[in-house]
Amino acid sequence: MIHSLFLINASGDIFLEKHWKSVVSRSVCDYFFEAQERATEPENVPPVISTPHHYLISVLRHRIYFVAVIQSEVPPLFVIEFLHRVVDTFQDYFGVCTEAAIKDNVVVVYELLEEMLDNGFPLATESNILKELIKPPTILRTMVNTITGSTNVGEQLPTGQLSVVPWRRTGVKYTNNEAYFDVVEEIDAIIDKSGSTITAEIQGVIDACVKLTGMPDLTLSFMNPRLLDDVSFHPCVRFKRWEAERILSFIPPDGNFRLLSYHVSSQNLVAIPVYVKHNITFREGSSQGRFDLTLGPKQTMGKAVESVLVSSQLPRGVLNANLNPSQGTYTFDPVTKLLTWDVGKINPQKLPSLKGTMNLQAGASKPDENPTINIQFKIQQMAISGLKVNRLDMYGEKYKPFKGIKYMTKAGKFQVRT
Amino acid sequence: MSASSAFNDDKGGSSSVGEAEYAYDPVSGKIFSSDYNRHDDLKEMLDSNKDSLKLEAMKRIVAMIARGKNASDLFPAVVKNVACKNIEVKKLVYVYLVRYAEEQQDLALLSISTFQRGLKDPNQLIRASALRVLSSIRVTIIVPIMMLAIKEAASDMSPYVRKTAAHAIPKLYSLDPEQKDQLIEVIEKLLADKTTLVAGSVVMAFEEVCPERIDLIHKNYRKLCNLLIDVEEWGQVVIINMLTRYARTQFLNPNINESLLEEGSGGDKTFYGSDEDEDEDDDEKEKEKKAEAAAMAKRKPYVMDPDHRLLLRNTKPLLQSRNAAVVMAVAQLYFHLAPKAEVGVIAKALVRLLRSHSEVQFVVLQNVATMTIKRRGMFEPYLKSFYIRSTDPTQIKVLKLEVLTNLANETNISTILREFQTYIKSMDKDFVAATIQAIGRCATNIGEVRDTCLNGLVQLLSNRDELVVAESVVVIKKLLQMQPEKHSDIIKHMAKLTDNIQVPMARASILWLIGEYCEHVPKIAPDVLRKMAKSFTNEEDIVKLQIINLAAKLYLTNSKQTKLLTQYVLNLAKYDQNYDIRDRARFIRQLIVPTEKSGALSKYAKKLFLALKPAPVLESPFKDRDHFQLGSLSHLLNAKAGGYQELPDWPEAAPDPSVRNVEVPEWTKCSSREKRKEKKVEKPFYSDSEGESGPTESADSESDSATASDSRSGSEESGSGSESESEEDSESEEEEEEKKSKKKELKKPVQESESEQSSEEEDRKPEKKSKQQKSDSESESDEDEESESESSPSESEDSESEAEVKKKKKVAESKPPSKPVKKEKKEMSLLDLDDFEPAPSPQVTPVNTLLSNSLVTDLEGLSLSDSVLSPATIAPSSALKNYELLHRITGEGLTVEYCFSRQPFSPDANMVAVQLQFTNNSSSDTKSLHMEDVKLQSGMRVKEFPEIELLPAGETASAVMGIDFCDSTQAANFQLCTHTKKFFVSIQPPVGELMRTVFLTENEFKKEQGQLMGMNEITEKLTLDARCRNEHAIVQRVTAAANLSRVPCGSDKECSPPVRPPDHPVHRFAGRTVTSSSLVLVTVATREEGAAQLTVNCEKMVIGTMLVKDILLALTQ
Repeated sequence: MIHSLFLINASGDIFLEKHWKSVVSRSVCDYFFEAQERATEPENVPPVISTPHHYLISVLRHRIYFVAVIQSEVPPLFVIEFLHRVVDTFQDYFGVCTEAAIKDNVVVVYELLEEMLDNGFPLATESNILKELIKPPTILRTMVNTITGSTNVGEQLPTGQLSVVPWRRTGVKYTNNEAYFDVVEEIDAIIDKSGSTITAEIQGVIDACVKLTGMPDLTLSFMNPRLLDDVSFHPCVRFKRWEAERILSFIPPDGNFRLLSYHVSSQNLVAIPVYVKHNITFREGSSQGRFDLTLGPKQTMGKAVESVLVSSQLPRGVLNANLNPSQGTYTFDPVTKLLTWDVGKINPQKLPSLKGTMNLQAGASKPDENPTINIQFKIQQMAISGLKVNRLDMYGEKYKPFKGIKYMTKAGKFQVRT
Repeated sequence: MSASSAFNDDKGGSSSVGEAEYAYDPVSGKIFSSDYNRHDDLKEMLDSNKDSLKLEAMKRIVAMIARGKNASDLFPAVVKNVACKNIEVKKLVYVYLVRYAEEQQDLALLSISTFQRGLKDPNQLIRASALRVLSSIRVTIIVPIMMLAIKEAASDMSPYVRKTAAHAIPKLYSLDPEQKDQLIEVIEKLLADKTTLVAGSVVMAFEEVCPERIDLIHKNYRKLCNLLIDVEEWGQVVIINMLTRYARTQFLNPNINESLLEEGSGGDKTFYGSDEDEDEDDDEKEKEKKAEAAAMAKRKPYVMDPDHRLLLRNTKPLLQSRNAAVVMAVAQLYFHLAPKAEVGVIAKALVRLLRSHSEVQFVVLQNVATMTIKRRGMFEPYLKSFYIRSTDPTQIKVLKLEVLTNLANETNISTILREFQTYIKSMDKDFVAATIQAIGRCATNIGEVRDTCLNGLVQLLSNRDELVVAESVVVIKKLLQMQPEKHSDIIKHMAKLTDNIQVPMARASILWLIGEYCEHVPKIAPDVLRKMAKSFTNEEDIVKLQIINLAAKLYLTNSKQTKLLTQYVLNLAKYDQNYDIRDRARFIRQLIVPTEKSGALSKYAKKLFLALKPAPVLESPFKDRDHFQLGSLSHLLNAKAGGYQELPDWPEAAPDPSVRNVEVPEWTKCSSREKRKEKKVEKPFYSDSEGESGPTESADSESDSATASDSRSGSEESGSGSESESEEDSESEEEEEEKKSKKKELKKPVQESESEQSSEEEDRKPEKKSKQQKSDSESESDEDEESESESSPSESEDSESEAEVKKKKKVAESKPPSKPVKKEKKEMSLLDLDDFEPAPSPQVTPVNTLLSNSLVTDLEGLSLSDSVLSPATIAPSSALKNYELLHRITGEGLTVEYCFSRQPFSPDANMVAVQLQFTNNSSSDTKSLHMEDVKLQSGMRVKEFPEIELLPAGETASAVMGIDFCDSTQAANFQLCTHTKKFFVSIQPPVGELMRTVFLTENEFKKEQGQLMGMNEITEKLTLDARCRNEHAIVQRVTAAANLSRVPCGSDKECSPPVRPPDHPVHRFAGRTVTSSSLVLVTVATREEGAAQLTVNCEKMVIGTMLVKDILLALTQ
């Protein structure tokens, strides 16, 4: 399966290598660099590269390429999914997954990789198990270890490894028992030039932070479970129960995890919470273009639209932009031609707008492409699909936990074509 | 050295806290002065006897390895530390060893003995890690040692070690392929393993070592299907892929009838697609091949093998997995194996994956593209999900475009074309080029829009971007070839473009077009040639070739105007640098210019050049990719990757399905209803005693109507019919059992309950049937007979034990009068004896005087009514043990002892009764003795004992309290208060007291045990204590250690003739945990010379493990 792993940073240095079988020379990465050169953008490097003796499967996260070397047939998604899991684990351990963080913790990284794969086949990827095997570095623990000479490595077989609920540690204890659930929905939409919706769909996730003592057994039910069209679960959720009663019943992992991701059935019309009035024109013969953008809320059910961020990739011919935002700040990067406008909160009484001119290269002809506008926003305390959690019950433990549920709507891939 | 100084921080690895580390690090100052120095320092540190220095050194070495620096010269220094006590040092040494052992084989051998010792360690983690490292050291000399270690570990009692053994198999195989035969034996053994932990790893080993030995899977097929949902996600992927291949060899094509229908009606496919046409050609061939099979199928309607159905049904929930690889694996399984009507379910899940990381999208879209060619309808509802966003990476855009093109048909083409129009304005030019090609393909596939597309493309010819224009030209060329006569104006338009377009491919295309259709543009063509002749020398090769081509064609049609031009061009070409062009020129001159030497061919020159050419076919690059297994690397690359296992074609006739029967080898498949039933009647005994899950009939008959609705009517009906019958029969049993298990089931993870329920059902049926047929069928398994014979000795010994206990224990003064007169076996098994308390009479202990009167009568009634039935269990209360709660000195004269009375606590059945005995040793009276301030772990509850108002000096009093320990051994802390003092005390139960006895017959016991296999089973080997080799002692010790009741042996075979007592009796004990009523089953199987094996089956693994420890202690001391 996975033979070796190379970590390559943005400038093309291999800064970590790990081999699970016999050693593969790092020169194999030359094929990767070749492909990287051919690709115009970093994300255009093909995830699977075939070389004479090996196959390279890579993922790009946090500007680091994780390149796995494969020697024989293996489902590519298997490797890709695993590499992403590795990144998630690093993030979980070190807070961030950057080159610096990995270099700082190179020993822990190595120990983790050693535990995660055996002979190239995943051994332990569940974060609860890993954390019992190798404790995440904290400043306090590092200090204590330095003084006492104790280690980060667990001596016992993690109980999860053998249990029927491998995702949960046994003997969890908290003084404050809490369970928080965040229902976060994202709107993916493409809006036409004329403002009509080409496609819009809602994807949601329920992220949980559960800190409960013992082995609690939770059930979560919805007021309107029919909304959920397609779901994928954390392994802890009992599928049968969902099939039969549309209730989420599960023994939660300890700590943060994604309980559920779902897709709202496409029959329901999606409310689009913002509208954009735009007028971006270039005149033939003139070296100037007009830029005029106004944002406004709609169908927000009285909730404020916050953290609005507009970005747009302007045509290559644009040299500079002189714009005047009615609120917030804007930046234009003349190299990448990326215009970003940090709007903040939309005030329905005074709609935010960004107006001004763009300077084109003198003599260049009018660009025939129109930029698309990407919008990000957040709406607190509302799930745009109308999904509502009905109740959360706990069985198996006798204490009363503190329960909290938060709703939020965000823009996913929200694009306006001009 | 700058690179390494950047690495200064990571020298300390996890322990680095930025700069602070340097203070701690004694040698960091000079460490980088030179390589040799550094290594000397490290060696020094490794040789020191301080663990912290060793650790520091190892961390640096590992950091070096991580950077790819060579650290091999440190090998001798490092390998010395392989037996280091510090576990982190040890681990890092392992890392080093595995990395460099191959290079330094001789030195690596020094470490082997350490691992061999590790293999014998009682700690399973150490055993496993020793095996892991041992098998990772790639030194050929130790192959025999590895082989031995793997074999041993494969029968280790820890599933984790067995899993490690499975991992080690491919390692050894890659080191020495000669070992294959022996390894296959190990694989075969591990494949039979019933734990989910091992399943994934062993299938992985199977795939790497012997994927061709599909016969090894037969016996494990159903088990794998049933375990699948509980296997960890990576294992799931491997198993599903393997099962896909397996199913292709063992089952019939579920679409066999449909393809036959299609042949007749032409299906609902559209006629436009070129790919469609091709498809049909291909299909035709395939169909011919399968004609016979199909004809057969026509005669005998297709019935899906129940095992085939089992696979489809058990994999379906995994479409909901969070792991993209699992979803993809299930999707490909459905695509390759499911009847057409059912494949649709995967579309939704695959579309969901498009929300994931772009690499995942890339792979999924590749597969979707292949699927859309064969099954377009499946993804049509999700058309909009493939719309392209400007932020997608180019490779994703191109793939989405591919999918959109494949999905295009007459109804949606207008929307798709409108989408394409926006794409053409994109800034990403590669993507625009791809869009133009996509438009071209839509135009060829769908006749109605051909003109629209063509016009659109012609408009693009005036685009400012050359790439766009060039691509359009190429596509227009292909389109025009289909109907050139209508479009001479377009050709003219394009001829004009030759002045502007510089892209060679486009120029070549235009020239070809003009040459080909020069008759449609007789005026312009010679002029174009004239211009081209002028610029000939500066053109690219591909353009030059087309110029020669154009010249030749014009010469043939219009020699008057172009003769000289042609000569000129040919002369230029004659001296070209490129030999292809020179050759071409020579060849054409010979062919078209008639000379006396020219042969017969020149007569046909015109026919040669101006023959009608077939229109090109614009087809998807994903066509025919589905001969690779979807989701595989080979499919993605469209080339066979090393180690790829071909997906075999469906067999024409199904191989014998009986090979998958686990216990009844002679079972032959039969579709008729009666036969099936017969077979079912036969089966029970086996499945009963084995607890083997997976007979397919019952699984099939589950009311899974959604998936089961189609095509298979016969088999399903028979299945469900028989099930409902059996359910009725066993209702009486079930009801009670269900009541008990309801709670338990709620808590059980759902996946488990699915598989278990099916096996449960199956197991129940046989049992009932065996009872019905008791009289006529004496063919019970040997095991039963053996165990039955135990019953008589056990009875006689019971009395002994009691006598002994009486002597020993003063607390338990009187003995329960539960002398069984005669067991009433049959009825017994039908009764729910769960709440039955085997022994207690109210006057057993003085404590009971404190019980309320009503309770006493309750108990009396119980014991009276039940004593008749009471089985040959040993009263567990005989072994009451006193624990001290409050010592005389700390209690200032007050002594409190407690014991677990092992009687039901009547106010609350979920509580464990604890008897407290207060003794006042002081000279003064103690008043108002009560408890306060109970501090409990969550979930625990306490029922306080009634306040004792007065305890005179020197007197003793007792009280009973109830504690619900929630099935944990956590202590209940509370304060014991007198009128003057408060004492903090705590009661901690031994695990054996957390259960109550339960009566099970042997059969029930085995059945339940069968359901608590795998993770829930813990087995331990032991050597019995010398004084504890007889049955009575074993029973007594076990019941003393835990509140369990003896399971009578062979109880349901009273009428069978007495057999000789077995040499090695097996003792079984049963109980339920107090709070959750989970079954606890204990088996002590004795062997020769005091050896014995202890097995505990309990759903609560923690309890199980602790219980094993306790009983082990009880039996060995």
